[in-house]
Amino acid sequence: MSVMNMVQALNSALDIKLAEDPMIVTYGEDVGVEGGVFRVTEGLQKKYGEERVFDSPLAESAIVGSAVGMCAAGLRPVVEIQFSGFAFPAFNQIVAHVSRLHNRSRGRYKVPMVIRMPYGGGIKALEHHSESEEAFFAHIPGIKVVIPSTPHDAKGLLIAAIESDDPVVFMEPKRIYRAIKQEVAAEKFAIPLGKAKVLAEGSDLTVVTYGAFVRECQKAMIPAKEAGISVELIDLRTISPLDRETLAESIRKTGRLLVVNEGPGCCGVAAELMAVACEEAFLSLEAPPTRLAGFDTIIPLPRGEHFYIHSPERIFYEIRKLADF
Amino acid sequence: MFEEFDPLKGKTLQIMDDEGKIVNEKWKPDIPDEKVLEACKFMLFARTADRMAVSYQRQGRMYTYPPNLGQEAIAVGAGLQMRREDWLVPAFRELGAWLLKGATLKDVFLYWGGHEDGSRYPGAPNMLPSSVPIASQLPHAVGIGYALKYLKKEGIVFAFCGDGATSEGDFHEALNFAGVWKVPVLFIVQNNQYAISMPVAKQTASSSLAIKSVAFGIDGVQVDGNDFFAVYAAVQGASANARAGKGPTLIEAVTFRRGAHTTSDDPTLYRTTEEEKKWEMKDPVRRLKQYLTAKGLWEEKDETTWVEQYQKEIDAGFSEAENYPPYKLEDAFRYLYEEMPEELKKQQAAYEKFLNRKEPAQ
Repeated sequence: MSVMNMVQALNSALDIKLAEDPMIVTYGEDVGVEGGVFRVTEGLQKKYGEERVFDSPLAESAIVGSAVGMCAAGLRPVVEIQFSGFAFPAFNQIVAHVSRLHNRSRGRYKVPMVIRMPYGGGIKALEHHSESEEAFFAHIPGIKVVIPSTPHDAKGLLIAAIESDDPVVFMEPKRIYRAIKQEVAAEKFAIPLGKAKVLAEGSDLTVVTYGAFVRECQKAMIPAKEAGISVELIDLRTISPLDRETLAESIRKTGRLLVVNEGPGCCGVAAELMAVACEEAFLSLEAPPTRLAGFDTIIPLPRGEHFYIHSPERIFYEIRKLADF
Repeated sequence: MFEEFDPLKGKTLQIMDDEGKIVNEKWKPDIPDEKVLEACKFMLFARTADRMAVSYQRQGRMYTYPPNLGQEAIAVGAGLQMRREDWLVPAFRELGAWLLKGATLKDVFLYWGGHEDGSRYPGAPNMLPSSVPIASQLPHAVGIGYALKYLKKEGIVFAFCGDGATSEGDFHEALNFAGVWKVPVLFIVQNNQYAISMPVAKQTASSSLAIKSVAFGIDGVQVDGNDFFAVYAAVQGASANARAGKGPTLIEAVTFRRGAHTTSDDPTLYRTTEEEKKWEMKDPVRRLKQYLTAKGLWEEKDETTWVEQYQKEIDAGFSEAENYPPYKLEDAFRYLYEEMPEELKKQQAAYEKFLNRKEPAQ
């Protein structure tokens, strides 16, 4: 065990897999010499050489598109998109090929690639550096979308994503890249994809969240507890495919659902979770399923960002409203 | 070759003229005439299959199909040089190359007949399925090239696209990556003059499509794409370079799509019969036949016999595709993921329940 932040945990996952499997290569903008703008790949080029860990020209579509070809020819590429806000030049490759080649070729070609990208707000960044686009990716059949919330989960989920024969969009909550430190096993371990985790058991209402908002919800649970509200907290971990069973079980128990996430609410991940509540737990519901998502606006630049990023106070306010319904 | 035909010089490689006469002995590839005869027969075979595909579609027995008529020298001139270990990264209008790589008529007709099973190509090693979004397959070719180099495997990549593709970002990104990574890829652009209705003159202000190679620091050449020998020679030169580790080449093969963009298109809206007539005289099969006729290797009566034989073979392939087992519900679900997620299982089961429902008695 050693104390790691999320950046170090991700680096450790890549290090372990690169050492173990010569079919793995990793590349993207500034990934090689610099180790990525957030330093997730720091030191890996020195250790594994320029053929396996390298800087690519600045073109997201060709980064992802070339990885499709590498997969067809037997490699297992892990590519980095520098910020999720710049993933969209590659969106066509993801929606037209990454997610489809296995289906199109009737299983002849696998696409075991991971597309890593930092996402989310709260770091007072330039425009296009703070968005949460997981809903776009979750809408695509044929890929998995994974979001870790702690260093431990980041390592275990990234190892599982790299070992998955399905393509995985791996979104890293950059706001907590270095904000949380915890003991993480130095050796290899994997956390299964497609499974949510119940972080705290409770009986009054279910809060479902993921990424950077797990920590904010945990903060909101302190005043909730003081107010005598028993909250069941679920970290989704995998956005697609959804672990509907864990969610349904919890909602059936508590009868109340609050989803907390970033990104515009309209047609977002929270809306899908509310549909799960209606479809799977309708007769147990004691209040309408609710969401605390982003406004249906563009996330404001740093001076206005605090309106958009939910504070623990706002989350607690919504918890109380739902408990009182 | 790539020095003499540097795209900056504005030259086009032509070896055989419109009447089938050799006009450039220097670059004529060293292929025995019996091989040329085989190539011409294969072009005729591909043409027959293509014509019959259009007719199956017209009979309502197949779905949308993109005809190859007039472009056969490119797919066949390149396809004949593909080795087993080489990769074919198709767009969708290079039927001859698909067949030479090992795709069967059944595969081809099954795919255009609306079943994904037609994209499995069990007999074609290293062939990607057809890529419909324009130019999006070109980065894949670069990635395959990188993998071949990294794994120190034999083989090069034959990637196809059309003139319209050269305006897409993926074309430029792929060529740029290919140059930087020095991968063994041949980018073969079939400049057939029109991207659906858009003439190439409105597609780009560049003096040629081949000249775009210059900006990426890779070799490029413009060839007469209706001249089998010119296509063959350019591909021979480019593939020798690729196999020797000298990196990628952009080959612009100038041709003309004599048919429609697809069976849903109406070319009379955007081009004239004069233009079509002009290109008919440059037709690649006609030209190579003239070359062979002059050598005493081709006779009309032989051609009639061959075509009759091809038609039988093609009909047999079509029949296999037409009589393929019906599409099963699970065909829509089973290949999305290695292991089917619970939600997909539920969706499939819900539809099965609907199929097996018991209607209340009247």
